[in-house]
Amino acid sequence: MPIQTRRSHDGQCLIIEIEGRFDFSTHQAFRDAYEHSGADVSNYIVDLSEATYLDSSALGMLLLLRDHAGGDNAKVAIENCNNDVRKILTISNFEQLFTIR
Amino acid sequence: MDESDAENVPLSILIADDSDSDRLILKALLKRLGHQVLDAANGHEAVLHFQAGAPDIVLLDALMPSMDGMEAARQIKRLAGERFVPVIFVTSLSEPEDLAGCLEAGGDGFLSKPYNRLMIKAKINAFNRMRLMHQALSHQRDLTHERNRQLLEEQHVARRVFDNVAHTGCLDAANIRYHASPLSIFSGDVLFASPRPAGGMLVFAGDFTGHGLPAAIGAMPIAESFYGMASKGFDGSDILREINQKLVRILPKDMFCCGVMVEVDFAYNQLNIWNGGLPDMWLIRSTMERSALPSRHLPLGILSADQFNAEMQAVRSRPGDRLLLMTDGVLECANGEGQLFGERGVRHAIESTCPDNHPFDVLMGAIKQFIGQQKFGDDLTLCCVEMVEEAGQTTLTEEIGLSTLAGPSQWHCDYEIRENTLGEFNPLPLLLHICMEVPGLRRKSGEIYTLLSELYNNALEHGVLRLPSDWKYTPDGFGRYYSERSERLNRVSGHYIRFSLQHDPRPSGGRLRVVCEDSGQGFDFHSHPVLQSTDMAQSGPRYGGRGLALLMRLAESIRFHGKGNRVEVVYDWFY
Repeated sequence: MPIQTRRSHDGQCLIIEIEGRFDFSTHQAFRDAYEHSGADVSNYIVDLSEATYLDSSALGMLLLLRDHAGGDNAKVAIENCNNDVRKILTISNFEQLFTIR
Repeated sequence: MDESDAENVPLSILIADDSDSDRLILKALLKRLGHQVLDAANGHEAVLHFQAGAPDIVLLDALMPSMDGMEAARQIKRLAGERFVPVIFVTSLSEPEDLAGCLEAGGDGFLSKPYNRLMIKAKINAFNRMRLMHQALSHQRDLTHERNRQLLEEQHVARRVFDNVAHTGCLDAANIRYHASPLSIFSGDVLFASPRPAGGMLVFAGDFTGHGLPAAIGAMPIAESFYGMASKGFDGSDILREINQKLVRILPKDMFCCGVMVEVDFAYNQLNIWNGGLPDMWLIRSTMERSALPSRHLPLGILSADQFNAEMQAVRSRPGDRLLLMTDGVLECANGEGQLFGERGVRHAIESTCPDNHPFDVLMGAIKQFIGQQKFGDDLTLCCVEMVEEAGQTTLTEEIGLSTLAGPSQWHCDYEIRENTLGEFNPLPLLLHICMEVPGLRRKSGEIYTLLSELYNNALEHGVLRLPSDWKYTPDGFGRYYSERSERLNRVSGHYIRFSLQHDPRPSGGRLRVVCEDSGQGFDFHSHPVLQSTDMAQSGPRYGGRGLALLMRLAESIRFHGKGNRVEVVYDWFY
């Protein structure tokens, strides 16, 4: 399974880990990961340390997550991107919408 | 269809056996199982029966006179073509070579003599299941082919409709070179170019997430907004804001459009650019100085109107400078080993350009060399815009006939914008629109737009914002000019710009009088060099002087009033 989820110790943060290619083929799995996460989740971390690639449909999926998490009030962080992934996020200026670290 | 159904349906079965008794026994057996039977005494007869009766299953004796079972099987399989007709050899042969020969001739299986009722029934059912599965698969394949053909045809028609809306504008202008996806394919990329009413052009390249129809549906309103607004004199920022707002409204949350907008101003040798999510643009100057212009904004269709930043970056340029813009497809070109051309490939190609080679050719050449035998992706868009002398740029003649509708020809209108609106709103399209209602005046829209925009920009930048035009002479000052401009636009409290327009008909034409007044301090028009001299050439490269010289060339008269903050222009026109 290329997508794993876990909760932080206090249970308020949902951590979504993506492994391999983050593209359209992971669409359903990614949605499932946060849609069934429960109402008590207040912030999200997308961990891309094991992601090798990210395409524009993945950017679209991140926007969906942001919308699900409250739009402009969403707390979504994208963590541990490799250089290629980081570059794609930078070209699209996604740091204006997400915390990228 | 489940097994019991398959067993109950009567089949048409062809049997061929030269032994009369064996044939009779087999026939009786099959009839008792509920099937219809065609019988033949040799291979030749079997082929004739097959042609006439088109049976579902064939049972052949291997050894027969006149034509043996192998040859009959070969001919029957050939006649059946794409239809799967199981051919079962009924034989007492048991040598592997003989049996293999039967299969090679086209046989699908064996039944051994003497006949066993149970085995025959089971065998017939097994082959019938196979036959039905084959039928279902062929049917689905045909259906898929047909659907695919329909889809391609629909796409083709849709593309024609799309092309009519998103016509290529002035992409065929002499100073533009481009590569875009072939017709009949919706790649998700769009490329538009439009001349502006007062000269110069606007170019937009976009890349939608996704391919095919969803992308095309998003592209349609963009094309309409772009061409509609560009021809009415809206600037790049206005159009970007409109496109963004439209896309936010119509696209699903996970779809957006990366894009670049370029305002090309030949008169002022200036490029205004905006890049939201597309790869770096490259400016290659005639001096071979090269610079990358990276994406500074989020793509279109994500941010709400109040968060969206449509501010364009001003870049000073000279005739001979070339701007390359491209979509992701350029970076994602792959060679046979699956490696990507990438930013490195682009940078390397750009660095290898020399004055004799057009950067467009160099980059296209580098891509072709890199991908080798591979085909170009559909979503590869590359466009190069060259700065040219304004005189060399033919303005597109408007092919608009005289309107037969009566419109206002004698009117007066005052329009004033004040306070923060000065920083947020461009009144030129509205003013142009008012003037264009005069019957016959539409054909002069370029000149009138130039008049209005020169007056307005002078009033705003030099009057209200008090920006000295000589800042623009140096590369450093140029940047400072535009950063100050956007800075000072936040501090326009107490300021106004007032337009007073009046039109009166005259024999075979009319007279438009435009008075533009601003709240600025004015200037010493008595000693302005352009106003002193009758020789326009003396105005030299001064930008401020250039605007004034342009006004003087277009207008019948130009007069300054007050302390220089009120300009009156009289423009006479003829059919």
